[in-house]
Amino acid sequence: MAILDIVAATKRFGAVTAVDNVSLSVDAGELFALLGPSGCGKTTLLRLIAGFEQPDSGRILIDGSDVTPMPPYRRPVNMMFQSYALFPHLDVAGNIAFGLRQEGMERARRDARVAEMLALVQMSDYARRRPYELSGGQKQRVALARALAKMPKLLLLDEPLAALDRKLREETRLELIGIQERVGTSFLVVTHDQEEALGMASRIAVMNHGRVAQLGSSAEIYERPNSRFVADFVGAVNLFDGTLVAGFNSLALAVPGIDTPVPLPETADLPEGSAVALAVRPEKLRLTATRPKGPAVAATVVSINYQGGVSIVHLTAASGQALKAQMASASAAAYRRGDKLWASWDAGDAVVITR
Amino acid sequence: MTGLEGWRRWALIAPPFVWLLVFFLLPLGVVAAISLSQSADTIPPYAPLFARGPNGLESSATLENYRVICQGCLRAYSNSLFYAALATALCLLVGYPIAFAIARAPRAWRNPLLFLVILPFWTSLLIRVYAWIAILQPTGLLNRALRALGVIDAPILLIYNDFAVVLGLVYAYLPFMILPLYGSLSQLDESLVEAATDLGARPARAFLDIVLPLSLPGIAAGALLVFIPAIGEFVIPDLLGGPRTLMVGKVLWQEFFDNVDWPAAAAVAMVLVAILTAPLLVAQRVIERARPS
Repeated sequence: MAILDIVAATKRFGAVTAVDNVSLSVDAGELFALLGPSGCGKTTLLRLIAGFEQPDSGRILIDGSDVTPMPPYRRPVNMMFQSYALFPHLDVAGNIAFGLRQEGMERARRDARVAEMLALVQMSDYARRRPYELSGGQKQRVALARALAKMPKLLLLDEPLAALDRKLREETRLELIGIQERVGTSFLVVTHDQEEALGMASRIAVMNHGRVAQLGSSAEIYERPNSRFVADFVGAVNLFDGTLVAGFNSLALAVPGIDTPVPLPETADLPEGSAVALAVRPEKLRLTATRPKGPAVAATVVSINYQGGVSIVHLTAASGQALKAQMASASAAAYRRGDKLWASWDAGDAVVITR
Repeated sequence: MTGLEGWRRWALIAPPFVWLLVFFLLPLGVVAAISLSQSADTIPPYAPLFARGPNGLESSATLENYRVICQGCLRAYSNSLFYAALATALCLLVGYPIAFAIARAPRAWRNPLLFLVILPFWTSLLIRVYAWIAILQPTGLLNRALRALGVIDAPILLIYNDFAVVLGLVYAYLPFMILPLYGSLSQLDESLVEAATDLGARPARAFLDIVLPLSLPGIAAGALLVFIPAIGEFVIPDLLGGPRTLMVGKVLWQEFFDNVDWPAAAAVAMVLVAILTAPLLVAQRVIERARPS
């Protein structure tokens, strides 16, 4: 059962089409992420759902009813702002109670709800503090509590973790998931951070130039990117451009710098001669000193980037293409700058990218 | 810390204190001293506070001047307070929408609009008040226009009354209200208003609950900048007011120049300073409380 349906929504600002004919649905109880680079239209889409912007065409349905003409204060959705937008002249409890006050909820019930929300985000001891007395992480919790207080059918979160430092971001991400599971409200998270989207959302819509480039589960998006843009934007990737040629059983890919045609992991419905690319994730790239069986690329180690548990080995292929291989740091320690190696992969780990 | 460093520290922080001492505290002390002395037919026209008499140093200090103004000038003070308060309220009423509109205008428009607000300052206040006389007098622009339009048959009295004084005060001090209000409103984060609307507040509620309280420092600063000069204003009530329009500024002028009673004029000024301290303290508190955010 979909809680949110966006039907062919388009929004233009002058000559710029910020949201271009986007249709998508968010299921009840789902944590859905809109992922994309800045300027891809994801925040505009969020503002269309909240009601701060009106679409030029298309409709927005919440829980089955059309809210397109409704002003923001009538919509059963609430938003957590990127800047948190806490009211500086009200204390924490006053901020959380603000929405309930607008509903005209009676004092006793309101106080109980505020206490419940404070407990949910573990801020009960801070009810009388003003926003300027809180740390970034505490402000984030208050903003979440305030947005959840009215029990919206859908919670919109605009870059909820962007303002936090790295360590706090990971803790808070887990907390957000925990809170989402506990309250059961559908969350729609806007983020430019692919790690954040992959680590939080059950489904992701990757956006580019106002359109949805790919929509699927986190694993689908990462393992089976449907385009060069998605493969490149979501995680690191090695892309081998080539041409389809007749292979052994089916079509294969002729890649400059690889002496044998690469058998394709899946049958593509494309004619011989089409230009396609093969995407291999850095953690799927295998380095060996001797030439393995099957397709392999000769490459030279340029540098080794130690990142704690894992290391990234940067190489240059004979064709001049830069490659990345990710492995446990213990394995990477065996290599030195200038080592001549062979990079290869399992046929099943490579993805054919046709556009 | 060596003596030299101590001396340097003082040299750094001394200028503002020296300035205040020489140009504010000292003159205030002189005025206070004059207000306590007796009027005399001398130059300057008051008797020295201390004089060498038969019994050594004798003081002629007196509170007589304060007693006189308490009896004679109460109406002038209450009038001044009333006109200044009314002008401040009207400036706020007229200035708030203007400041709000400028703060919400497209970025490229804001500076030209602010420029229009302060443009009148390029002409002397005196000339602008004379312009109002030309507009308001019985044969003036407004009366002629109204008669031409057939709204009135005979000229109506628009000048030399309380209406003209308040109009003049509002006109002259409106920019002092608009500028601090604009400062306050332009700093207001638009996402706060959006957050309020998102949480179910209609536009009017969002304004009352969010915009208005957050612009209180601007309101306090603007009210102060209008109220304080308006209460002691002399030119506007003198030129636009009638013979019955009595304000402190006019009393001061009369005592000082017409009656050549410096001690009485000084006492009038001292009482005015004392009255003005109260709103200053209140405004200070409002601004102080809003500061940490």
